[in-house]
Amino acid sequence: MAQVPVTEGVFTWPSQTPQLIGSRCVECGNHMFPVQSGCPKCSSDSTEEVLLGRRGTLWTWTVQGYPPKSPPYAGNVDPKTFQAFGVGYIELPGQIKIEARLTESDPAKLKIGMEMEMVLVPLNTDEAGNEVVTFAFAPVA
Amino acid sequence: MSIEVAIVGIGMHEFGRTEGVSGMDQGVIAVRRACADAGLKWDDMQFAFGGSQAAGAADTMVSQLGLTGLQFINVANGCATGGSALFSAYNTIRSGVFDVGIAIGFDKHERGAFRINTKGAGLGDWYGASGLALTTQFFGMKINRYMHEYGISQSSLAKVSEKAFRNGAQNPMAWRRKPISEQEVLDSAMLSYPLTQYMFCSPGEGGVALVLARADKAHLYTDKPIYLKAAAVRSRRFGSFEVLAPSIALEHNAGPTVDASKAAFEMAGIGPEDIDVAQLQDTESGAEIMHMAENGFCEHGEQEFMIQAGETEIGGKFPVNTDGGCLANGEPVGASGLRQVYENVLQLRGQAGARQVPNDPKVAYTHVYGAPGISGVTILSR
Repeated sequence: MAQVPVTEGVFTWPSQTPQLIGSRCVECGNHMFPVQSGCPKCSSDSTEEVLLGRRGTLWTWTVQGYPPKSPPYAGNVDPKTFQAFGVGYIELPGQIKIEARLTESDPAKLKIGMEMEMVLVPLNTDEAGNEVVTFAFAPVA
Repeated sequence: MSIEVAIVGIGMHEFGRTEGVSGMDQGVIAVRRACADAGLKWDDMQFAFGGSQAAGAADTMVSQLGLTGLQFINVANGCATGGSALFSAYNTIRSGVFDVGIAIGFDKHERGAFRINTKGAGLGDWYGASGLALTTQFFGMKINRYMHEYGISQSSLAKVSEKAFRNGAQNPMAWRRKPISEQEVLDSAMLSYPLTQYMFCSPGEGGVALVLARADKAHLYTDKPIYLKAAAVRSRRFGSFEVLAPSIALEHNAGPTVDASKAAFEMAGIGPEDIDVAQLQDTESGAEIMHMAENGFCEHGEQEFMIQAGETEIGGKFPVNTDGGCLANGEPVGASGLRQVYENVLQLRGQAGARQVPNDPKVAYTHVYGAPGISGVTILSR
């Protein structure tokens, strides 16, 4: 099955080692995600695109225990087959903390401070039969 | 000498689910009750500020209340909509433009967690599509980090809910009026770890209206004026951790609650030690715990002892959310912040009935927090 990204411009695509696309403030060096033109730290309007790191540490987390409302959610919302998924913030050293799905959803296996790496995960299948993927972070084995 | 402001009338439509009554109509009922409480008529109102998130433009309610030609300004400010209406009314009187007016908040939301309009929140469609745009996730993640840093227990989360439902059971205006034990709270469905179903409030319905007047004229309307000593609203600063944020900065900022609280205490010329009763935003039980410290009422981590010792109960040293808070009342966004003020007026008047705090309260505090990182604080005294 062919894969398509949930959207353009949020992560590099196609890529064997996908990276999130953010912005960096030319004036103060602040990082932003997703891409934006104004800097919330110094109010500068001069930012440039930057690829964010693929590895970081888990800053905090939760587990999405019930199906989100759809729309906006594009994944499975059938209460019978819905599978809980982890959500967390990953601290990318020297850059920013990123909110993302986690591939792990067992509270016993999630620890603040653990090493995480970016991956892509399937969300659903679109009308053309493509697998729609979004970004997530997985514990580093 | 600057003009002081008093609350001279309060009105509320019952919170919860009222089939067949629109959110707007609940606002109209709250207005009529507030005017009656002040012994005033709608055509005595010189101005109004009002808002809802999901129940329509407040100013259209004049077609039911009376087309008197008053200045009516709609307020839309997320979870601080009610607080912003009150802030605006407060400053309208302080500025000397008008002598008497009304702040109104009402709402009616669909069942279940809030459906986030990602575009309206300035976020891409991918964010909600990926399963991230849920306010409940933020609350789970903020308290999970906080518990990790400051040693708050799951038991304390559950005790906050237990207290809310016990207080709600004493409040005829509350939605959830059945006591739920700590164990039942812990055993309910895990919605967003570490928060269970009974640790979360639900979007709901309701309306509140407050009649304000120049303090030097308050005795014309009531023999128990309650003075609004401070009203402050603040938005987030760089580095604060807020709801619906695809990313947050590495550096840390304490957030808008700390700023709004400091500003309000400065306006009132008092400190946290002077507060006798407080209504703090409890979207979920962890929020009440974190907001105790963010508003300056304790150090981070001290809540664990305070809650286990019962200090935040109605009869405790520092009563919090005496009307059952958002947990027992639900959260009609437009009305929620004004509900807190309504409760404090009752407490300061000594009219809170079975849930009256016994410490003869003289000064009371409210705090509302919500998306996209906004806080509103008021300080009332008698």
